[in-house]
Amino acid sequence: MLATDNDILKAAEDWRNKGRAVALATVVETWGSAPRPVGSNLVIDEEGNFLGSVSGGCVEGAVVTEALDVIENGKPKMLEFGVADETAWKVGLSCGGTIRVFVEKVE
Amino acid sequence: MKLDILQSLNSERQARRAVIVVTDVASGKQRLVKAADVAKDPLRPVLAEHLRSGKSGMEQTAEGRVFLTVHVPAPQLVITGAVHISQVLAPIGKLLGYDVTIVDPRTAFASIERFPDVKVIAEWPDKALPPLGIDHYTAFVALTHDPKIDDPALTHALARDCFYIGALGSRKTHARRVERLKQQGLTDAELSRIHAPIGINIGAESPAEIAVAIMAQITERLREEVDAEPAQPSIAKAAS
Repeated sequence: MLATDNDILKAAEDWRNKGRAVALATVVETWGSAPRPVGSNLVIDEEGNFLGSVSGGCVEGAVVTEALDVIENGKPKMLEFGVADETAWKVGLSCGGTIRVFVEKVE
Repeated sequence: MKLDILQSLNSERQARRAVIVVTDVASGKQRLVKAADVAKDPLRPVLAEHLRSGKSGMEQTAEGRVFLTVHVPAPQLVITGAVHISQVLAPIGKLLGYDVTIVDPRTAFASIERFPDVKVIAEWPDKALPPLGIDHYTAFVALTHDPKIDDPALTHALARDCFYIGALGSRKTHARRVERLKQQGLTDAELSRIHAPIGINIGAESPAEIAVAIMAQITERLREEVDAEPAQPSIAKAAS
C-alpha cells in the first residue's frame, strides 16, 4: 500500500497544462527479476525530457524514443524488454528479467 | 490517458482517497474508478481485490485484458504524546515514508525545539484529530500514558479503521484502559485491535529501542495486509 511515483503523475498533469505534449509509460507486467515494480511510471515530453523510471536506467532511452512516436501519432503502444528479446530491441535488462511497458499519450 | 482522467486521479490522491484506473491495453480505452464507486462497477470483485492489496496489475476480465493502476494513499503515522519515544519514532516513521503528525495538548512537551521537522499540534485530540483525515491508511500510536488524551484519541482511531493501532502501557495499564473504553460503549472486538503492550518483543528498554519495536510492528501489519487476505473486511467494506 505504499504509494509510489507521487510526483510523476503530478508532473504529467503540470507539463500537459503548460502546453507540452506528454506521454506516460507504465510498467504493466514483469517476469523474473525486474528492477521496478508493476505500476512504475515514466513521463516523457515531446522534446525527450523525462521524469521517473520504469527500469532503473536500463531501457529508459528506448522507452523515450518510442514515447516520441506515441506523442506524434497518438496511438498507445506495448513495449517488451528482456534478455531473451535482444533481436527485437537493442537494449535489455541486465538483471535477466522481462518487463512490459505500456506507453500512452496524455490527451 | 485523457487529461481529465489524469486530473481526477491526481485530485483523488491529493485528498487521500484510493482510486483505480482501468486501461484496456489493446485499445487504450480508460476509465477511472474511485474507491467509493468500486461496489457498483462491473469489474467489482477484481477491483475490490486490487484495492485491498494496493497492487497494480494486469487482469483478464469480461472487458478483455485490462491493466489496473491502483493508487492508495501514502501511509500516515499519527502519535499522541510528544514524549521521548516520539522523538525517535517520528524520524524513523519519516524515513520509512510516512507522513508523521504528533498531537499533544501539553505545550511544554509539544515544542518545536523538541521536534524539529515534525508536524506537532498542541491541541486536544477532539480538536487536533478530525482535520488529519485519519483513515485506513493511518497507523495510530498512543504514547501519553494520560487517559484524558489517549482514550479519546484511541476511540477516534478505532472508529476510522486504522491499519495499525497501538497504545503504550503494561498489561495492567491496558486492562484498565480496556475497562474504561468498554464503559464508553466500545466492544471487545474493537478493543482487541489495539496492540498493547505496544511493539514487537525485542526486549526494548530505552525510548529509542521502544520506538524501533513500535515501527517494526507497524511495518509488520502494513506488509501482512498487502500479502494476505485481511481478517476483517476493511477497504472493501468502506467501498460497498
